Amino acid sequence: MKFTLSWLKEHLDTGASVGEIAETLTRIGLEVEGIENPAEKLAPFTIAKVLTAAPHPQADKLQVLTVDAGTGEAIQVVCGASNAHAGMLGVFGAPGAYVPGADIILKVASIRGVESRGMMCSVRELELGDDHTGVIELAADAPVGAAYAAWAGLDDPVIDVAVTPNRQDCMGVQGIARDLAAAGLGTLKAVDVKEVPGAFPCPIEIRTEDPEGCPAFYGRAIRGVRNGASPAWLQQRLKAVGQRPISALVDMTNYIMLSYGRPLHVYDLAKLEGALVARRARDGEEMLALNGRSYALDPSMTVIADDVHVHDIGGIMGGEGSSVTEATTDILIECAYFDPERIALTGQKLGLTSDARTRFERGVDPAFLDAGLALATRMAIDLAGGEASEIVRAGTPPLPDRNVDYRPARARELGGVDIPAPRQRDILERLGFGVEEGETWRIAVPSWRRDVDGSADIVEEVVRIHGYDKVEAVPLPRAPSVARPTATVEQKLERKVRRTAAARGFNEAVTWSFIAEAEAAPFGGSAWILENPISEEMKAMRPSLLPGLLAAARRNRARGAGSIRLFEIGRRYLAEGERPALGLVLAGDRKPRDWRGGKARGFDAFDAKAKALAILAAAGVPVDNLQTLGGASGVYHPGRSGRLCLGPKNALAEFGELHPSILRAFDLDGPVAAAEIFLDAIPQKRASGHMREAYQPPALQAVTRDFAFLVAGDAPADALLRAVRGADRQAIAAVRLFDVFTGEGVPAGQKSLAIEVTLQPGEKSFTDEDLKAISDRILAAAAKAGARLRD
Amino acid sequence: MASDTHTLEADLLDRVAAAPDLQALEAERVAVLGKQGAVTALLKSLGGMTPEQRQVEGPRIHALREAVTEAIAARKATLEAAELDRRLATETLDMTLPVEMGPQGSVHPVSQVMDELAEIFADLGFSVATGPEIEDDWRNFTALNIPESHPARAMHDTFYFPRPEGGGDAALDPGFATNAARMLLRTHTSPVQIRTMQAQQPPIYIIAPGRTYRSDSDATHTPMFHQVEGLVLDRGIHLGHLKWTLETFLKAFFERDDIVLRLRPSYFPFTEPSAEVDVGYTMVGGRRVLGGSDGWMELLGSGMVHPRVIAACGLDPDEWQGFAFGCGIDRLAMLKYGMDDLRAFFDGDLRWLKHYGFSALDVPTLSGGVGA
Repeated sequence: MKFTLSWLKEHLDTGASVGEIAETLTRIGLEVEGIENPAEKLAPFTIAKVLTAAPHPQADKLQVLTVDAGTGEAIQVVCGASNAHAGMLGVFGAPGAYVPGADIILKVASIRGVESRGMMCSVRELELGDDHTGVIELAADAPVGAAYAAWAGLDDPVIDVAVTPNRQDCMGVQGIARDLAAAGLGTLKAVDVKEVPGAFPCPIEIRTEDPEGCPAFYGRAIRGVRNGASPAWLQQRLKAVGQRPISALVDMTNYIMLSYGRPLHVYDLAKLEGALVARRARDGEEMLALNGRSYALDPSMTVIADDVHVHDIGGIMGGEGSSVTEATTDILIECAYFDPERIALTGQKLGLTSDARTRFERGVDPAFLDAGLALATRMAIDLAGGEASEIVRAGTPPLPDRNVDYRPARARELGGVDIPAPRQRDILERLGFGVEEGETWRIAVPSWRRDVDGSADIVEEVVRIHGYDKVEAVPLPRAPSVARPTATVEQKLERKVRRTAAARGFNEAVTWSFIAEAEAAPFGGSAWILENPISEEMKAMRPSLLPGLLAAARRNRARGAGSIRLFEIGRRYLAEGERPALGLVLAGDRKPRDWRGGKARGFDAFDAKAKALAILAAAGVPVDNLQTLGGASGVYHPGRSGRLCLGPKNALAEFGELHPSILRAFDLDGPVAAAEIFLDAIPQKRASGHMREAYQPPALQAVTRDFAFLVAGDAPADALLRAVRGADRQAIAAVRLFDVFTGEGVPAGQKSLAIEVTLQPGEKSFTDEDLKAISDRILAAAAKAGARLRD
Repeated sequence: MASDTHTLEADLLDRVAAAPDLQALEAERVAVLGKQGAVTALLKSLGGMTPEQRQVEGPRIHALREAVTEAIAARKATLEAAELDRRLATETLDMTLPVEMGPQGSVHPVSQVMDELAEIFADLGFSVATGPEIEDDWRNFTALNIPESHPARAMHDTFYFPRPEGGGDAALDPGFATNAARMLLRTHTSPVQIRTMQAQQPPIYIIAPGRTYRSDSDATHTPMFHQVEGLVLDRGIHLGHLKWTLETFLKAFFERDDIVLRLRPSYFPFTEPSAEVDVGYTMVGGRRVLGGSDGWMELLGSGMVHPRVIAACGLDPDEWQGFAFGCGIDRLAMLKYGMDDLRAFFDGDLRWLKHYGFSALDVPTLSGGVGA
């Protein structure tokens, strides 16, 4: 919402400076986003008289002028405008002046051999409009030598206020003036409504057939208007706040809207046929709006139509067909009340915004129809002449009689500041509220404050005008103890795995939750596709963390990163809900080439497995109990991937080398290893005190024995290790595989697995017989698992 | 006799000291202390002496033997040390050669800041609450006093999912209407307020950090970003408590005592009264640093929870009142640690992650400070 200082002063009697006004506006909740004084950039330009004008000796299109800029000397200026002539008054810029519309600083220059000591300016050069057909020609009484901006009334700061959606009353200068007056910055001037008596019956029938969407439709005709350009003061005011002047009658509606927050519409009466009716639109109806676009309407929308055409998308935008032009002689002024919800939904549906919609959907003052119509009539006649008809009032605006019960103590209880009751009453009355004191106050809410309906709203009104800065900070009640832990088990788990991954050399990334549908497809597809994505690349909620990480890996490869270890903790968005996961990707060199280690080597599935296990261990998973099973998702290499399971059903993680087709899809050169840990699948011990089991180090030294077994070439090593570990649960403390061998000495189709078994004696040392017995049990268990001792 | 042993001792010690290497020393040892050695021979001579003679000579000969033995051991140690030095001198390596110290991981600034927030607010008695990012329309808007026609909805640039066929679960939500079950990506963390108030009785002291989404993309907006929500619902909570909480939080977060807040009346449908909070800053080396009051920047939105919101969650707004606030986490990170491009947060560029990331052990704690 923009307005100028002089405009504000028509509604507010104040001696406050622009600075004070701006500071107060922001302080009471009408945030000032900018103050601009167009006079500032025009300060160097003065009014000058052209003394002589002669053709340029070297150029047909140029003239050589001498001008009097009030400095007492005749200044020679080369000018390209054909309208410059001796005796005219114009706007002169001397050397050194910055010309805003041309973005140049004037200098003394020689133009085709003739010295030029300044410039006569066009409208565009001063950013006062688009016209560049000639230099500005001023009225004959303009004072030579005077500052142009001040003389032209441009020394009028423009204030831009961000009005919050609850304050439609401040979408007009009058409302802003009222708030400023309440804040003690002056006196509000009452709206001066000069009724214009009707001279004849309104020549057109007006009805509302949609009392829900358009409960009130007031109108009156004016005949005999001459609709030309509006006067300079009005054009200037509208231009200053960013509105384009169109014609006197259209400018009038905008001026009333900006002054009082009251939108209006003016029809060319000659273009209407039959009665003008507010009704629901019919299926298939269309209207060419004033913005040049055609809109398809439906019965959810309220329109104003005559017997033949729709002429107005009620409260949003008028139609081209009945718009006023310079040829218009008779008009109808519409002043209606439209239902805010209806306007909002219609506007959303049509994707159509307008100043009228912005105001109607926030709820205009339902008690201001008569005043608005009177102001409009008076101004229309002042600007365009003519004679007004009687007023037709179809329907009645909803005038809710709203009262709020309020205790002045609420300002302290909710607002945190003591404000004496008389002060509160004063603030409320200045804002237009009625106050009936009692044990509980009865507050009458003014018709323009649709946003106020409870005591919390009254607290805000009182406290914001009194000043939020007067609210003292008060400490929250605090338990007299050390702060208690607040993190949940899930939150602690997430922190642990995050910092473990980082400690193990991974860099944490945060990638988009939405990816391309094609990227989601190999991961089982996305269960959640956005209806209005920002782009095709950000359309599908990710079913896995890997696509985002792989895309990041690709970008890093493209930037020349040699070794990529990325992880992310975030949610997978599945049909059944959001599931927390940790994804990690290993790409490029596991180790760069090195003077100690020789050649670089890439990552493999075992790297991913090792990292996944380390992270699971940090998460408190008993990793010794984990089984490595097949059946990882199809994005992995089918022979080089697996699932880490606690029991056959509960997969805590998947890991492996990625499938070559995935690498191709993500444009990565392989091998790339990855893992995804399903954080929600990790069983969490609920806290049961801090005490741990008692620990007694074994009294006797453990002994180790090595075995080499032959198993089938495709047999999982894990099966043998588990079998051996289970051979004697008491004696066997650990089983470790230290060699896998195929080749000479091992039959074709088999492999040799060498394992070291750690045996822990209890009270007594093992005897040879004990060791023999354990060894036999190991061999028997291994045999059961399909292994035999290698000779 | 006595002078003989003295001469012999001096002679033997000279020879031991002159032994050039371990081999020569061993030869001397055999020559002196061996079976045929000179001192051994003297010891043997004791046998043929009278007791009186033995009493005089015995100690003298034993002392001689001891002195020589010690001298040999000392010489041996010296020679061995020299030998070791010689060997080590041949084993020198270039210690300036670079070594691989293993990959350095890092924690993302957003995670770090979330941990910092959890730490600060834990001390103020707030716990951390979470909620789904795919949220229903009712909790994201309607329950927060943003009905369907509300102009504030248009400002939210919401990402929607297609309407499910046959509607949603009416039993799930009170105030269920056709649109209430429509799913969307939450546009703020405020629906976590609703979930918390629906699930637990006051007093409630929570923060809710997490991902939020708006279909907005330019230099300073990304379609996904992070927010932290704060909610207090208790008896007798007022605007002054809100002011103190925000002041205390920001002072702790930025680790500065000169943080100055300015509360400005504003409008949010879910709070009444509402306040936009500006924080004072100073210019340091061309960057805005929070603290002081050379200028003001808008940092967060806040207010007293609207009675309608409390009622929508099934609680009595006459009994319970409190405040809520919301703040961008990415923004907090940028202001504290000096990143200038929000989009880089979500690119996964290793160079950026290493530059702005945090060591795994930079765990924010109250005793160690929440700033790494």
